[in-house]
Amino acid sequence: MAQKYQKAVAVEKENIVVDGVDVSGHWNRMFEQRVIFEYTPELIEKIASIPNAESFANCYQCAKCVAVCPVDVVGNYGPRKLYRYAQTGMDLTEAPELWLCTTCANCLRVCPKEVNMVKIMPAAREQAILEGKFVPNELQQAFENTAKTGNPLGQPQRKRDAWIQSAGVPVPIIKDVGRPVDVLWYVGSYPSYHPRGIDAACAAARIFNALGIDFAILGKEEKDDADSQRLAGEKGLFEMMAEYNIATFNKYEWKEMVVTGPHELNAFKNVYPKYGFERPVVHYTTFLARHLDQLKPLLKHPVNKKITYHDPCYLGRHNGEYEAPRKLLEAIPGVELVEMQRNRENGYCCGGGGGGMWLDSFTAQHTTMRLSEKRAMEAASTGANVLAVACPFEVSRFTDAVKSTGNEHVDVLDILELLDRSMRGE
Amino acid sequence: MNIVVAIKHIPSIADDLPVKGNNVDFDSVDFVLNEWDEHSIEQAVLIKEAVGGTVTVVGVDLIGELDNALHLALAKGADKVVKITADDPAADSHQQAKWLAEAIKGMGADMVFAGVQASNDIDGQIGPMIAAYLDMPYIGGTSAIEVSGSTATVSKEFPGGVGMKYAVTLPFVAGVQSAPKPPRYAPVSKVRQMAQTATVEKVAPSGEASSGLAFKKMAPPVVTGHAEMIEGSPKEVAAKIVELLKSRGLA
Amino acid sequence: MSNDVFVITEHLDGKFSDVSFEVAGKAKELAKALGGQAIAVVVGGGVDANVFASDSTIQVDDAALSQFNPEAYAKVIEALVKEKSPRVVLFGWTVTGMDVAAWLSAKLGVPCAAYAKDVRAEGGGVVVSCQAYGGKLTAEVAPEGETAIVACLAGSFPAEAGQGSTAATKIASPVDLSGLKMKFVEMLKPVAGDVDITAQTKLVSVGRGIGGKENIELAEELAAKLGAVVSASRPVVDAGWLPRTRQVGKSGLKVKPKLYLMLGISGAPEHLEGMKSAELIIAINTDKKAPIFNVAHYGATADLFEVAEAMLELL
Repeated sequence: MAQKYQKAVAVEKENIVVDGVDVSGHWNRMFEQRVIFEYTPELIEKIASIPNAESFANCYQCAKCVAVCPVDVVGNYGPRKLYRYAQTGMDLTEAPELWLCTTCANCLRVCPKEVNMVKIMPAAREQAILEGKFVPNELQQAFENTAKTGNPLGQPQRKRDAWIQSAGVPVPIIKDVGRPVDVLWYVGSYPSYHPRGIDAACAAARIFNALGIDFAILGKEEKDDADSQRLAGEKGLFEMMAEYNIATFNKYEWKEMVVTGPHELNAFKNVYPKYGFERPVVHYTTFLARHLDQLKPLLKHPVNKKITYHDPCYLGRHNGEYEAPRKLLEAIPGVELVEMQRNRENGYCCGGGGGGMWLDSFTAQHTTMRLSEKRAMEAASTGANVLAVACPFEVSRFTDAVKSTGNEHVDVLDILELLDRSMRGE
Repeated sequence: MNIVVAIKHIPSIADDLPVKGNNVDFDSVDFVLNEWDEHSIEQAVLIKEAVGGTVTVVGVDLIGELDNALHLALAKGADKVVKITADDPAADSHQQAKWLAEAIKGMGADMVFAGVQASNDIDGQIGPMIAAYLDMPYIGGTSAIEVSGSTATVSKEFPGGVGMKYAVTLPFVAGVQSAPKPPRYAPVSKVRQMAQTATVEKVAPSGEASSGLAFKKMAPPVVTGHAEMIEGSPKEVAAKIVELLKSRGLA
Repeated sequence: MSNDVFVITEHLDGKFSDVSFEVAGKAKELAKALGGQAIAVVVGGGVDANVFASDSTIQVDDAALSQFNPEAYAKVIEALVKEKSPRVVLFGWTVTGMDVAAWLSAKLGVPCAAYAKDVRAEGGGVVVSCQAYGGKLTAEVAPEGETAIVACLAGSFPAEAGQGSTAATKIASPVDLSGLKMKFVEMLKPVAGDVDITAQTKLVSVGRGIGGKENIELAEELAAKLGAVVSASRPVVDAGWLPRTRQVGKSGLKVKPKLYLMLGISGAPEHLEGMKSAELIIAINTDKKAPIFNVAHYGATADLFEVAEAMLELL
């Protein structure tokens, strides 16, 4: 990324006269004092004055964040740099930098001053949106789709449960079940509509059936959780969706909710409580790991693959689940699990969080490569032939990325698909 | 500047459209705002921002669900919204244009904008019809409209990147192809605020017109689910493609 | 009332558009079936109008009509239709036809059938097949009354049938064209900037399968032979092999050409969104399971380079 903002330049002099005496010489280089008074705190204060973005002003430039920021790896970014850019003339609410953060939270993990980009970015973005400032078109489209059709893909609501036709096992709709169920399975938008997401949804349906889980889905009543839209700055949209979802969840009796996606987990477990929804929600990896004893005997067919697992930011860093996915993979006979260098707490972001899912072209213009491409290369470098994922955003992102980086030999599969393969022997 | 934008609520084509009798089964489709209307609203708001004035958005409420589109228009900068309470999902372009023209008549519009077309304009678009009913000239396919005094400079798009510029004396009706800028985003919080605070003016439908078209049949076109595969060596494939293009006058 | 069929032709820069000939050919067929004459109407004097296979051609010559002017054209056509009361008035459903057809319908209180893919004579009148709802449905409609306006989609009929050499009769404008509220100011030709892929009738679109920037030239050559322009899927643009103005799809442009020839594009849903309404889609891809084959009209599992080179030799 080119340096766009005013930079502090050390000015080297050809000669210097001090108190009337020319002290020029070639034995040393002569610099003028840096003009630090040219910096203004105004643009930092502008951001820090937005509710929830206060911690932006805490930064003391230690740069720990830069070392772990996934965007900095492919660009010139990192929270410390944003602070610096603001000092030198960048208005974050108008800069492309506003849209690059994926809210992966790795910076927050290492920040001694608790500068919280997971709060700052959504707040600053919301301000920009409300003030009618630039919003990347792709993102705008995802917002509009969510508001109009209930999902960011813009697919019709009445087709939300069309995927169950291809599951090959019964997938009960809670409205038709007419009794309390143990598990309400919130499928999610991408598993409901995206062709590769549907593969994972069908696998999950078959696993739940094989385990004899008493489950049901919301079917046509299910709508997007909208957490990523919130993080991308559309709080109003999020609140509208949350109100609808909470009312829908509360219409039925169920004991526990299982979600396919980490973003939904984050929404329902960490954010919806602020809107009055406090019921047990788990990610499918956590849920299945709990049923590992029943699951293991079903995993009859070896999957002879070298697999590396990508920690989704919103399952790992945001919600602390690192072990369940690995336990599930290790339970599959034939699997050799290898780790990428950046894993668990320091896992590298796929670029899909915080609205990044709908900013692909925009991000590509402001970085040297996609985060998903960087990660696909890391996965390939382990020698693995399967990149296992546990987030519905990731399958399509990484499938694209292994192709564009020339690593087609790496299969991108959801853990659900791998379990299903072992169960059915494909 | 008093700008009126006539909008059209139409069956969504995001999904397959079920048929009942010789028309769409209107009970089992979603209605959405015609996509070109988003551009005509944007064009109107841009002019208002440039020279001042008011933007009034008016549409026929076919199924009692037009409010969402009107609230969205307010959030994007419209000043006033009006719905014609028709409750007739099968109303054709002629009938809608007549109702709209009657409603617009008393508004003292300097300009009336409509989307250049809609996917259900089987009997033609409402824009030129409103112009005919109001006895105003019509220009469609616009890509930019600027106003100075009582004259508008209108750019109209032709294929191949050619554009024509016209000087048009107000009042007139325009069919907007695209606004000079992509339609702005209206945050949901603003739309919701409008839904709670704004008033949607209701007007009873007045006037009659008909397309004069008798619907004999409505059905999905016959399509093959899969491409017809051309087999053979690359040379044979190329030859067959070239032949195909020539037979269709494309090569 | 007559049984004549009017064809409202259109021209730009001294050249008639293809759709004028297509519709003129259809008019001849209809006129024969209805027992009337096919009359080509040319509005504007600055064009050689002796090019149609019509029974007769009327050319309206007036200085105000030298360039397309929606208001003036509409008035002239209205007067001619009133005077001759043809049975059918055919337009192209184009940037110019769309300005006049529906206006005329409302003005005269006669029916209009738009998005027409086909028109046939039946029971002394016509029956029209209209492509409605973005192509999701086809409506068959019968216009009632003594005059029917039909606006036809470009590419619906062969153009050859409309080409001929009938001598045009020049007439003065049947209406007073002073005091028009619309005045033509200038024509803006595309400047040196990049081409507008949305305005092209033919596109040769390349995907990741094209392999590299150096191979774009092959697509350019093929496109040049076909009178097409090269467009691309997102990965190609992201890679910088083509400018962003050429990108088709969700985050690019939506196109609707007559021909969309795809080289090495697998057909991600995001890409399909931008091109699925193209009239003829031909896809060449090495992966026989590529989703594009569910959308394309014709497909071939073959090496795109070999096919493209073989096509170049044949064109």
